Amino acid sequence: MRSTFRWLEVAFWLVLVAGYVLWPGKLPLASQVLIAGLFALSYDLVLGYAGILSLGHAAYFGVGAYTAGLLAAHGWGEPISGLMVAGLVAALVGFVTSPLVVRGTDLTRLMITTGLGLLLFELANRLGTITGGVDGLQGVEMQPLLGALRFDIYGRTAYGYVLVVVFVLFLAARRLVRSPYGLSLRGIRANPGRMRAIGCRVDLHLAAIYTFAAAYAGVAGALLTQTTQFVGLDVLSFGRSAELLVMLIVGGAGLLYGGFIGAAVFMIAHHVLSSLDPVYWQFWLGVCLIAIVLVGRDGILGAGRRLLTLRRRRPVTVTAS
Amino acid sequence: MNAVLRTEALSKRYGDFQALDGISLALPRGARHALIGPNGAGKTTLINALTGTVRPSAGEVYLGDERVTALRPEHRVRRGLARTFQINNLFPELTVLESVLLAACQRTGAALDAWRALEARRTEIESARAILRLLKLEGAEATRTRDLAYGEQRLLEIALALACRPRILLLDEPAAGVPRRESVALFEAIAGLPGDLTVLFIEHDMDLVFRFARRITVLVAGTVLTEGTPQEIATDARVKQVYLGRAA
Amino acid sequence: MASLLGVLFDGLAYGMLLFLMSVGLSVTLGLMNFVNLAHGAFAMLGGYVCVVLMQRWGVPFLGALLLAFFASAVAGVVLERLLYRHFYRRSHLDQVLLTIGLVFVAIAIATWLFGSQQQPLRLPPILSGQWTLVGVDLNVYRCFLLAVGAVLAFALTVVLERTRFGAAVRASVDDARVAEALGIRVSLVFQLTFAVGCGLAGLGGALGIEVLGLDPTFPLKYIVYFLLVVAVGGTGSLKGPLLAALLLGVADVAGKYYLPQVGAFILYAIMVLLLIARPQGLVARA
Repeated sequence: MRSTFRWLEVAFWLVLVAGYVLWPGKLPLASQVLIAGLFALSYDLVLGYAGILSLGHAAYFGVGAYTAGLLAAHGWGEPISGLMVAGLVAALVGFVTSPLVVRGTDLTRLMITTGLGLLLFELANRLGTITGGVDGLQGVEMQPLLGALRFDIYGRTAYGYVLVVVFVLFLAARRLVRSPYGLSLRGIRANPGRMRAIGCRVDLHLAAIYTFAAAYAGVAGALLTQTTQFVGLDVLSFGRSAELLVMLIVGGAGLLYGGFIGAAVFMIAHHVLSSLDPVYWQFWLGVCLIAIVLVGRDGILGAGRRLLTLRRRRPVTVTAS
Repeated sequence: MNAVLRTEALSKRYGDFQALDGISLALPRGARHALIGPNGAGKTTLINALTGTVRPSAGEVYLGDERVTALRPEHRVRRGLARTFQINNLFPELTVLESVLLAACQRTGAALDAWRALEARRTEIESARAILRLLKLEGAEATRTRDLAYGEQRLLEIALALACRPRILLLDEPAAGVPRRESVALFEAIAGLPGDLTVLFIEHDMDLVFRFARRITVLVAGTVLTEGTPQEIATDARVKQVYLGRAA
Repeated sequence: MASLLGVLFDGLAYGMLLFLMSVGLSVTLGLMNFVNLAHGAFAMLGGYVCVVLMQRWGVPFLGALLLAFFASAVAGVVLERLLYRHFYRRSHLDQVLLTIGLVFVAIAIATWLFGSQQQPLRLPPILSGQWTLVGVDLNVYRCFLLAVGAVLAFALTVVLERTRFGAAVRASVDDARVAEALGIRVSLVFQLTFAVGCGLAGLGGALGIEVLGLDPTFPLKYIVYFLLVVAVGGTGSLKGPLLAALLLGVADVAGKYYLPQVGAFILYAIMVLLLIARPQGLVARA
């Protein structure tokens, strides 16, 4: 039996398509939310499904962002191929760094990922002649999408482009978490020792998801570069990794959609609150985090599910044969 | 000698404490072998050293003719050595079928398939269900592990090990914490396992040991006190002393 | 040659500061396995207490240092009772979220109270200026830092290795369950250790204004350094963090002096390499 889309999921994506009519003046912000959502989805695979505690996920976002930016700044402004190259480069960096991350305890993972993130930030900062350093990468110029659709100032092309890419990647992630491999990840998160005792090569599984998630993060970074035609050093910052954690937790980890919900809430709240006073924003962000861990961290989606008295995880439905 | 599982002078030291001291053991195919001894004799440490979660200080472990002393646990499982745990070591959020499927998928390599849906894995699902039928767990396949009765969780421990399709099965007190009546049923289920499967089990209940084991090894303070048939062990004066001495 | 000694000297003084600020983190991490990313907030608190006392109430520097220590220690106890103790058995993720939340709140409060600018500090004349010793210029304040650090490191070692309380701490770090069974009240030991650790962080924050500066982003900016000390030094001992802090201090100062274009890059690279080589820290526990 093929797992079918449920009506809530259909509604979710239909609302996003209807965004053209629903929030025509806010399309650039909506694109940013979708990109952040994709980034959070990538982080969800690492943290929510595989249980790897990382505070350096911005490294892969930044690698993707700079790859796409450098390609475009040096004349390769074709968006789709640029996106793919960015995803591949980020995956490569993820693959190379994965052996350092997957072994060890929460604490060593936390420190290694933080260290790697800072390392890449400093690298980009020091290689100012290539990356533009603190001034950011200038001269990113994108060619029309599919050779026909120009990136307009209202962000219409960009929104459609982002939405399609995010949807396609989401579908693949959705298949992944429902596959035997996805089941293995849930097993590893719950009980890695027992997984080894049933013959699972835990490190291999974790390295694979880490690499895969790095590719997603890279694509998200590249989308940001291509739709804003600029790369700033902050794509690699520690703050971005920390905010990512907040987004995913606010939305709900391990539920696929949590990252999107969290990104939307986070970015809209940021938009509203920091226009009042940036200090407010940070204060309430902190208070929210503390409150979330105190009352239980299921996030918005988790709370919604409980309200609907749905079971937290659907058991595998295997048809009788 | 055609032992399927063999150790040579296996030793493990923790600081000043000698947990295992020169254990040599050989199990032929189809064995029903019990490992007994007082608490702290090193029974679980021995199982851990056999499966690879404990690295021995000295000595070797062989599976058939292959030396596996340096292999990691997951690779020993892939060579046919599976185990259960004394304290339930399961996946509380997964259903019974999902849990057994998880183990079956590791064996067939399906675990690295990230594209096709779990439901499409007919072969693995069938073999998982066959194991559940064997252990009379088929009625609980959609129950989440955390909602299972304790005795059923003990059975699921065995089901997970069986899903690895082992040649050798190590059972660490399979009936630990199970009421008497159920523990007999549990051992009857173990006795009903395929005859060519080699089984090594730790058990404290001597009635169960004498009823279900064909050979017994007595471990005391990390060394093998003696090894023999149930009859030989039951009449061995040194064994009596160990157990009576403890009871007195 | 002179510059080499100067760099070594500055690096050691800087390392002492790092040691004071992170020793509490590393001991409590070993004790309760609690990931406290908000440790830097206690250092910042000490810094602001010192500045306010000196500027608004004219408290002398040394007195302000002492009060900074107590203010941070008290804040530590209050937060420990109020929040932290509920999280010892929770996952590391929960601990990270809680303490990052605290960092954000601390930054917001500090910004609201003091603004985002750097805080000035007027050192007493006796601690400013230079000494010249066999051709090497020694900054008096850095000598003071080294002396304070050395005295405190020595005192901590004595307490930890010679007193009953120290024995209780060591037993609790080794195995909390066994310590509890031996009649040691691990939670009380932890509270005291936590308070002293926070107090030392506050003292370090106050001492460090002259060297590291003080603004509301302090807890975020230096958390990496604290983690570095803990990561490299290992948890639960004094020797490890001290060695690590001095090493990092010298490496950081030397890196910035000799290779300014590479800067912090070297430090992070060293950290990652060390973590790969010795995941349990430089001075691994047996």
